[in-house]
Amino acid sequence: MSESAKKEMRTPIETGCPDGFQYMHPTMRKNFGQWKYHEHPRPGVLVHVAHSGEEIWTVRAGTQRILDVFTLRTLCDIGDEFADGYVRFTIRSNIEYMVSDKDKVQPLIDALEKEGFIVGGTKNSVAMISHTQGWLHCDIPGTDASGVVKAMMDELIDEFRNNDMPNRVHLTTSCCQINCGGQGDIAINIQHTKPPKINHDLVSNVCERPSVVARCPVAAIRPAMVNGKPSLEVDEKKCICCGACFPPCPPMQINDPEHSKLAIWVGGNHSNARSKPSFQKLVAAGIPNNPPRWPEATAIVKRILSAYKEDARDWERINDWIERIGWPRFFELTELPFTKYHIDNWRGGRKTLNSSAYVRF
Amino acid sequence: MKKHDTPMIDELENGPWPSFISGIKRLRDTHPEKRINEMTNDLLGQLEHSYETRKGYWKGGTVSVYGYGGGIIPRFSEVGSAFPASKEFHTLRVQPPAGNFYSTSMLRQLADSWEKHGSGLVTFHGQTGNIMFIGSTTENTQHFFDEINDYGFDLGGAGPCVRTAMSCVGAGRCEMSNVNEHKAHRLLVNNFTDDVHRPALPYKFKFKVSGCPNDCMNSIERADMSVIGTWRDDIKVDQEEFKKYVEMKGRKYVIDNIVTRCPTNAISLNDDDSIQIDNQNCVKCMHCLNVVPKALQCGDDKGVTILIGGKRTLKIGDLMGTVIVPFMKLEKEEDWERLVEIAEETIDFWADNALEHERCGEMIERIGLVNFLEGVGIDVDPNMVANPRESSYVRTDDWDDEAVKWYEKADQREKDSA
Repeated sequence: MSESAKKEMRTPIETGCPDGFQYMHPTMRKNFGQWKYHEHPRPGVLVHVAHSGEEIWTVRAGTQRILDVFTLRTLCDIGDEFADGYVRFTIRSNIEYMVSDKDKVQPLIDALEKEGFIVGGTKNSVAMISHTQGWLHCDIPGTDASGVVKAMMDELIDEFRNNDMPNRVHLTTSCCQINCGGQGDIAINIQHTKPPKINHDLVSNVCERPSVVARCPVAAIRPAMVNGKPSLEVDEKKCICCGACFPPCPPMQINDPEHSKLAIWVGGNHSNARSKPSFQKLVAAGIPNNPPRWPEATAIVKRILSAYKEDARDWERINDWIERIGWPRFFELTELPFTKYHIDNWRGGRKTLNSSAYVRF
Repeated sequence: MKKHDTPMIDELENGPWPSFISGIKRLRDTHPEKRINEMTNDLLGQLEHSYETRKGYWKGGTVSVYGYGGGIIPRFSEVGSAFPASKEFHTLRVQPPAGNFYSTSMLRQLADSWEKHGSGLVTFHGQTGNIMFIGSTTENTQHFFDEINDYGFDLGGAGPCVRTAMSCVGAGRCEMSNVNEHKAHRLLVNNFTDDVHRPALPYKFKFKVSGCPNDCMNSIERADMSVIGTWRDDIKVDQEEFKKYVEMKGRKYVIDNIVTRCPTNAISLNDDDSIQIDNQNCVKCMHCLNVVPKALQCGDDKGVTILIGGKRTLKIGDLMGTVIVPFMKLEKEEDWERLVEIAEETIDFWADNALEHERCGEMIERIGLVNFLEGVGIDVDPNMVANPRESSYVRTDDWDDEAVKWYEKADQREKDSA
């Protein structure tokens, strides 16, 4: 870069994370740290009461998450006309409006619903699916994310709008096994079933081979000369098809239109309530990755939800419920097959086996 | 402009949930700027192609803004000749205000800037917690960043660096808040702006702050350093409110849903329908407070628990964070300084000792927690383990010295817990 061009470049102001306090509703600023309790008058609405007696009413709504500026402005228009001009977003990408006047709640709900947004997602609902980028933007996706979510939320919309579940249900999706979507009560994730297909002509130019070798969790990758060129080869017997080599080495294509499947995991729970946080467990795999609406995956999710709704007790999250009824009963109630792939053989996996005489009949 | 046929993704315009496809089509069909119409048309074309072939067509690369080394997710299309207007489609990761609070006027300002330079598509927020401004050319990422940086927004992390942090709604609205979550969030991440913007660490490092053990930010499972608000005195009880609840729900419901759900059996229902809590054995799980928020509240002696090492699958498998500080106050200036110091020492030790692409939790798994604790100067504590060692394969040569250390520090512990 020439000196003159450099002069035109603007030096960034490294301010980092902005202060959220300035964007809080004035009632929230005034009562910061002084809240006494909350109530949940109806699905999608929370009221928090401060020690001062002041109230803040929250209305939560689901959106398409990938927002176009028109939709964003519609959300702002609603905020200006029916709320007090303050919003926030939840960790699951729902929008929340906060108003200090109870009388503003119903007109706000009406305005949101009129524009097609879905009021709900609080307490014992199926919350908005937290998801990743998928085919729309990711460089390693096995499936789409926004599309899966749209198709699934169309089917689960009543569970989002209402509070009919024993406790809240967090759903997540991920379009590769890195699992950006994270832990969930139910997670729908890509599960590859075939080793990467290697384009040996490109490997030496594109990939830093030693770091690709180091990336493999099972040491199945080794340097090799293929067709006279330095490349990499995979011991396909050792390969667990996780796709970890694909991001650092795009010529090792892991995604396969037919053999990249979906798997469903249950019982991930980040909260400490009642029991320590838990990781999700595999319950179903081999589910077709079937755009544009992924009906097979949705059907299994609905089956799990219906068994949970029917059988769980109040306040039991999915992990609490299964802890009580046991895994054999879970597979029976959901009519899912139990296979050898459900038995963990990764390091530490022995701790997941039943080393007791505890058997339910 | 010839519109691409998109029969498969058109299916995602049906059904009652709001459709992102309809939103992208609005940009294609009704946005006044031709650049946006063409860019979103080709984006839809490529997405349809992905749906038909079940494959992704974006590749990474190197794009950043002047002065930074990260913060942009570069995306170049592998099928750019068929979809030229979206062949460069980078995402800017922008740090949201702590707690994800916005005024509508600030959102409008961001929308105005974004449609000047980008595709008009934005997400609040990505899984790490960034505002994702999706779809810009290499040149325009700089213009957009310059504009929003002038009014107070900065890029987040991408690559092996300190990433954008997250904090819950916290003290802004929630009665279960035990700490100023947003202050902790900003103090931590803004102490490392250089490490956010210039990726030079072994791998990513994430901070997440939750105001109570409900951990709405998923910090134990997702953060390298998790800060969770808690308290160490008694749960505050409004017995009259509790009795009202028993009267409303009935004793059976209260026994089944509060008393027997306590993970340490610390709750009894008294004969007069008041609640009795064995506070010394309460582990602050939050369940009873969640059930009866009107009657039960967090105590007054508030502080935080710190865990290190949470992460998802790659490479060695999922890891949760591990307690390294069972409790510390965050009241005085020096308390806050100590919080930042723990983060600095953790990151320094990890940067010096981790392998390439090794998360902090994986390093601890490899070297053992004790080596990590010694590296960052933190004493062992029984709160760090679920149970003591089960394996006898250990050398205990210095047992007596270690025992002396424990007793010598007993006085200090007594003072701390007073």
